[in-house]
Amino acid sequence: MSTRLLALLTFLLALGACPLLLGIVNRTKALAAGRNGPPLLQKYYDLRKLLGKGVVYSHTATWLVRACPVVVLAGSLAAAAMTPFGRGGAVFSFQGDFLVWAGAFTMARLFMVLAALDVGSSFEGMGGSREVWYAALAEPALFLSMAALAAIARDYSLTGFFLSLTPEVTSRHLMALLFAASALFFVSLAENSRIPVDDPTTHLELTMIHEVMILDHSGPDLALIEYASMLKIWVMGALVVGAAVPVNIGSWWLDGACFLVGMGVFAVLLGAVESGMARLRLTRVPQFLVGALVLAAMSVVMMARNFA
Amino acid sequence: MSQPTPRALANPSAVRLDALPRGEFHWLRSTILEQVAGGAHLCSLFPLTLDGETLLVALLNNHEARAVIAAAAPIGAAYPALTPECPEAHLFEREIFETWGITPQGHPWLKPVRFLPGREASAAGPSVMDFFRVDGEEVHEVAVGPVHAGVIEPGHFRFQCHGEKVMHLEISLGYQHRGIEAALAGGPDIRTRHLLETAAGDTTCGHGLAHAMLMEGFADHDVPAAAHRVRAIGLELERIANHVGDLGALAGDVGFLPTASFCGRLRGDILNLTALICGNRFGRGLIVPGGVRYGIDAATAATARERLAAAMRDIGGAVDLLFRRPSVNARFEGTGSVERITADRLGMVGPAARASGLEADVRVDLPHGVYAEREFPLRLGEAGDVLARARQRWVEVQDSAELIDALLREDCAAPAPTAVPPPAPDSLAVALTEGWRGQICHAAVTDAAGRFRVYTITDPSFHNWPGLAMALRGAQISDFPLCNKSFNLSYCGQDL
Repeated sequence: MSTRLLALLTFLLALGACPLLLGIVNRTKALAAGRNGPPLLQKYYDLRKLLGKGVVYSHTATWLVRACPVVVLAGSLAAAAMTPFGRGGAVFSFQGDFLVWAGAFTMARLFMVLAALDVGSSFEGMGGSREVWYAALAEPALFLSMAALAAIARDYSLTGFFLSLTPEVTSRHLMALLFAASALFFVSLAENSRIPVDDPTTHLELTMIHEVMILDHSGPDLALIEYASMLKIWVMGALVVGAAVPVNIGSWWLDGACFLVGMGVFAVLLGAVESGMARLRLTRVPQFLVGALVLAAMSVVMMARNFA
Repeated sequence: MSQPTPRALANPSAVRLDALPRGEFHWLRSTILEQVAGGAHLCSLFPLTLDGETLLVALLNNHEARAVIAAAAPIGAAYPALTPECPEAHLFEREIFETWGITPQGHPWLKPVRFLPGREASAAGPSVMDFFRVDGEEVHEVAVGPVHAGVIEPGHFRFQCHGEKVMHLEISLGYQHRGIEAALAGGPDIRTRHLLETAAGDTTCGHGLAHAMLMEGFADHDVPAAAHRVRAIGLELERIANHVGDLGALAGDVGFLPTASFCGRLRGDILNLTALICGNRFGRGLIVPGGVRYGIDAATAATARERLAAAMRDIGGAVDLLFRRPSVNARFEGTGSVERITADRLGMVGPAARASGLEADVRVDLPHGVYAEREFPLRLGEAGDVLARARQRWVEVQDSAELIDALLREDCAAPAPTAVPPPAPDSLAVALTEGWRGQICHAAVTDAAGRFRVYTITDPSFHNWPGLAMALRGAQISDFPLCNKSFNLSYCGQDL
C-alpha cells in the first residue's frame, strides 16, 4: 500500500475513532469505580444529540463566540493532518511542521480564550486565565521533548521523528524515547484538561479550566468544540504512542495493529490515572508541569549521551 | 438594685415566664459577654413581646455548668448591639433587625438575612443585594448563584478576589425562606411536627427530636427508655447517612471517583436502614412527642445490626481508599482552615467546630436520653481544614455505628407514644440536640392559653455559615466548592 494512501486512511480513522477513545477512558473510570458506566459509543450519541439542537448566543457576545468553534475545529484538523498515525506518516509533512502543529493548537486556544472573555462572565475569565497560564507552562516540556525526538531522528518533521525509528535507532535511544514519551504523556494530560490538571466531569464552575470556557457554547457549536477536543486527545495520544511504542516491523497492518493497541492502552492509562488519583490543587499544577519539563530534559540528556 | 442571677435550665426543660430572670439591659449584656468569655455560646437570641414590653431573651449553652443559661431584659425599639464585642451574635442581631424591626445600634453590617417581604431595604443598613466590596485596580468580583450547576439549594456567594485569591466572601441566603417560624406561632397543632421535620429535610430526625423534647420539656413528661433508644438510633443513622454521603461528595469534588461512587450507594444503604425501622428513608414520622411511632422488635434489630455491620465494612473500605490516597490528602490538607479561636469567636457548632478543636457536642455538653446514661466520647480534631473535617466525619460515623449496635442489643421495642399534656401556659421551654451538622436549638414561649407566642428554631447552619466565609479568607477561589462541601450547611435550615 502506498504511503500517501496509508496516511490518508489513518487520518480518516483518527477522525472517525477519536470519540471512541474517550469512550474507553470513561469505561475504564466506571469499572474502577464499580459502575457499569456509559456505552463505549456514548460520545457519538452525545455529538449527534448536540448537532440536532439549536444554538443560543448571548446578547453581549460578538462574532468571536461564533467564530470560536470553527477555528478550534480547524486547529485540531490541521494538527491531525500533520500528525503521523502509526507508520503511514502524516497527510502533510515538511521540515519544521511540529512548530506549525503546535501553532495550530495555540490558535485554537487563542480563539477559545477570546470567546470566553467575550461573553463577559467572571467564571469564563478565570478559566481563560488558567488555560493560558498552564499552556505557557506546558509548552517548554512539549518543545523540549520534540527537540530530543528531532535530534534522535535527525529530521525536523513529525513524520520524520517516527519513521526514522528503526529498531537500531530505537534500541540505541530507548531511554531517551521513554522519557520523551512520559513528558508528552504529562503534557497531554494538561493539554486535554484531564485529571490531575483539570476535571472533565466536574460541575463546579469555580474549579474548571477548559469546561468553564465553553459554558456559553451550545448545540452544533458545542459539538464542534467537543469533537475538536476529542481529536486533540487522539493526536496527542498518537505522539505518546509513537514515542513509547516505536514499532517498525515493516508490514503495514502489523504496525497499524500495534499503533491501535497502543492507542487503546493510552486510553486505559488515562482512565487509570483519573481513577487512581485526585485532582491537584490549582496552585500545584505548575509543579506538575515543571515535572514534565524535567522528564523532557532527561530525554535530551539521554539522547546527547548516546551521541557523545 | 440587686441584680438577678441568670437561670440555669436542664435540657430539655421549661421555666415559667415570671420566673425567667429579668434585669436591666446592661445586666443582660454583661451576663452574655461574661458567659461567652467563660466558654459558653449563644444558642438562641430572640425578642419577645410581653404585656406591651419587648424583651430580649438570650439562651446560652454553658457546657461547664451542663445547663442552658437563660436571661432576659427589656429593649424597646433599639439597643446597643452585642456584635462588636461578641461576634457570634452577628447573624442573630441581623435577624432581630429584619424580623422585628428592632435596631441593634453599632452593629457593623445590618443586612437582612432572609428577604422578608417589605424588609429588603432600610435606611439603617445595607439592602439585600448590597455587598461588602473591596476596591482596587486589580480586584475583581465573582458572583456565584443563587442558581448553581448541581442539583443543590439556592444561595448566593459574592467573592472579592485578587486573581485566584479570595480576600472576602459574603454569603447571601434567604431564597428558601418559607416562614416556618411564623407558621408555628399559635400552635401546637396538627401541622407543627411536619413543619419541623421539614425545617431542614436532611435533618428530619434531628429537628423532629428537638421538637419532641421541647414538647416533653413543657410538660415535664418522660418517655420510656426503649423510646429513647429508638430516637438515638434514628438520630445516629441520620448522622451516618449524611456523613457518608458527604465523604463521597468530597471525593467527587476532587475528582476521585471510586469513593464518590461507593459512598453514593452506601448512603442509600444507611437510609434504607432508617426505612427498615419506620418505613421512611429520612425518618419522617419516627420521632413524635411522647415517644416514637415505631418500636424495633428483636428480629428487626438483628436484621438491622447485620445490615449495619455489612454497610460499615464497605464504608470502611471506601473511606480507607480515600484517606490512603496521597493525592487526596494533598488536596484536603491545609485547604479552608478555620482556627480554633475563629470557631470559638463565631460560636461554631458540630463536626466543623470539633474539627477545629472546639469542644462543642450537645451529646456531651447537655446530654439527654441515652447520652445521659452513657459516657459518649468527645472527639476533637486540630487543624480545622478540609482534611480535619473529613476525618472528623469518619470518626463520628464509627462512634455512631458503635452506639447504634449497642442500642440494638438492648430492648428497643418501644410502646406506642403516650399523649403529652398540652404545653404549660406562660412558659419558656428549650430543647437542644446534636443533629449531624451540630447543635439544634428549639425554644418556644407560650401564652396564657398554652399556645406558642414564639417558636424559634436555630439550625446548626445558622452558626456555621460565617465559619465557611472565614475558611475562604485568603484561600484560592477554586477551593471554594471543596470547602463548601466539607461544611455542607443547610440553606433551608438557615432560611426557615
